[in-house]
Amino acid sequence: MTTTAVDRRVGRAATKGLGDLRADFPLLAANPGLVYLDSAATSQKPRAVLDAIVRYYETANANPHRGAYKLSGAATDAYHGARATIARFLGAADADTLIFTRGTTEAINLLATAWGHSHVHRGDRIVVTRLEHHANFVTWQQMARAVGAEFRICELTEAGDLDLDQLRTLVTANTRVVAFGHVSNALGTVNDVAEIVKIAHAAGALAFCDGAQGAPHLRVGFDALGVDAYAFSGHKMLGPMGIGGVIVRRKLLEAMPPYQFGGDMIEFVFDGDSTWNTLPHKFEAGTPNVEGAVGLEAAVRYLDGLGMDAVRAHEVELSRYALQLLGDIEGLEIHGPATAEARSGVVSFTLGDIHPHDLSTMLDVDGVCVRAGHHCAQPLMRALKVSSTVRASFYVYNTLADIDALAASLRKAKERFGAHHG
Amino acid sequence: MPTTADGGAGLSALYQERILAHYRKPHHKGTVERATGVHTVKNPLCGDDVTVAVREVDGVVVDAAFTGTGCSITQASASMLMDLVRGKSPGEIDVLQRAFDAMLAGEGADHALGEMQALSGVAAFKARHKCARLPWQALHGALGNGGR
Repeated sequence: MTTTAVDRRVGRAATKGLGDLRADFPLLAANPGLVYLDSAATSQKPRAVLDAIVRYYETANANPHRGAYKLSGAATDAYHGARATIARFLGAADADTLIFTRGTTEAINLLATAWGHSHVHRGDRIVVTRLEHHANFVTWQQMARAVGAEFRICELTEAGDLDLDQLRTLVTANTRVVAFGHVSNALGTVNDVAEIVKIAHAAGALAFCDGAQGAPHLRVGFDALGVDAYAFSGHKMLGPMGIGGVIVRRKLLEAMPPYQFGGDMIEFVFDGDSTWNTLPHKFEAGTPNVEGAVGLEAAVRYLDGLGMDAVRAHEVELSRYALQLLGDIEGLEIHGPATAEARSGVVSFTLGDIHPHDLSTMLDVDGVCVRAGHHCAQPLMRALKVSSTVRASFYVYNTLADIDALAASLRKAKERFGAHHG
Repeated sequence: MPTTADGGAGLSALYQERILAHYRKPHHKGTVERATGVHTVKNPLCGDDVTVAVREVDGVVVDAAFTGTGCSITQASASMLMDLVRGKSPGEIDVLQRAFDAMLAGEGADHALGEMQALSGVAAFKARHKCARLPWQALHGALGNGGR
């Protein structure tokens, strides 16, 4: 364990909403000096998630859908029970339209491959935004190149929000899809999903939402949001790595060819051709990730127990405190929205002329884990005219004391480097 | 619990005054006239880049300079390296590079590295090895594309 210059063990200040949840998270409980501020990269896991995975292997492990024996039935029930719980959590009434994938990246690749290659043609247009993670940028960029479609980027306003006026002019009659993030992973900007959907649909385009940074922090309500597809990653919302998914409107899924071929996704296989299984199986070739699904089910039950409104209030309180404390450090520049309410629990910043990698190394020595780099958003970094930033991101287990530790460590780093304010 | 280094002692070794001095006022930052080789290396993780230009005459580096943006470790490493390689042959530079890699691997600092021994503190910070090596990679490329 790293030594800590700042004693965080005394008076760990919980927010008003959630209380101190560290005891529920074995890794955090075992490392009281650790200040984990990189949940936008991946979240820590509560005991309930680890237990659910062990319980599955101890009581119900078999290959789902295959055997006529009872144990295979138990595995099948566990898998689809998890799907139903997660669909309900994300506000989708039709659980069979939730397709499990390895995560958001694979979900977007599924959409671009299965839907994109069958519905986007030469001369059509695809619109993304300057805020996108590479997963929702490169995937559509390459799909557009492959079919000869136009690839257009919605820019940011001076204030750093998406320029929705520009979006209205970009989304033309030949636009097939607007692919956008619910929340920016690099800046924490919460986008106006309803307005973007309205703009897309008014032009007859689809609206696909990358929810990797939305689902963990905000109440989603798929059916109410009006988006045509919503992708998410389990590991960013307290679940295990290797599981995530995408909810897609049923009509679209039925009109799309399969993404991958193999077992489970077929109905009849003839020598010359094959037919496809019903939803969701048509898009889930091969043995599924049952442990991931039941782990993620336990994660969303845990979040449900806290209440997503309470989770949101907790993160706004942490962000407000961070904006205030970090804003007081001379030479520290915060990127992204000005108010805590306009962002998710993410604060991206630079400190004078100290390189973000130097900063993160110095914070690491104090047990403060932050991300330094381009956050898989090089097109955005170019627009901000920085090569990289430091990003602190919060989740349910963080406390106000974690922010105190971050600020104290930043002041120490500044002293060591004698930061020049540029 | 994985850690990169322990406590302020490791940090003081990493960011010692000599390194910060090179970072703030780098030596040989600029271009080389009649360069015989130029090479750029980028670190995609942080977007940093280093370009090294060299002028070789009769199998000896007579001039070397660098440009680019980067963290203190990359910049200090480049600055010290430009000092070190003057008057050396590519063969001698290869030997020094192996000594430098051994130092990062925690096998001790070779006196032949001169001022670059100050970077021995990087050894404890695995995530930063790439930063210290970046200028060496650029130098290697510059020597390689010099038509030798």
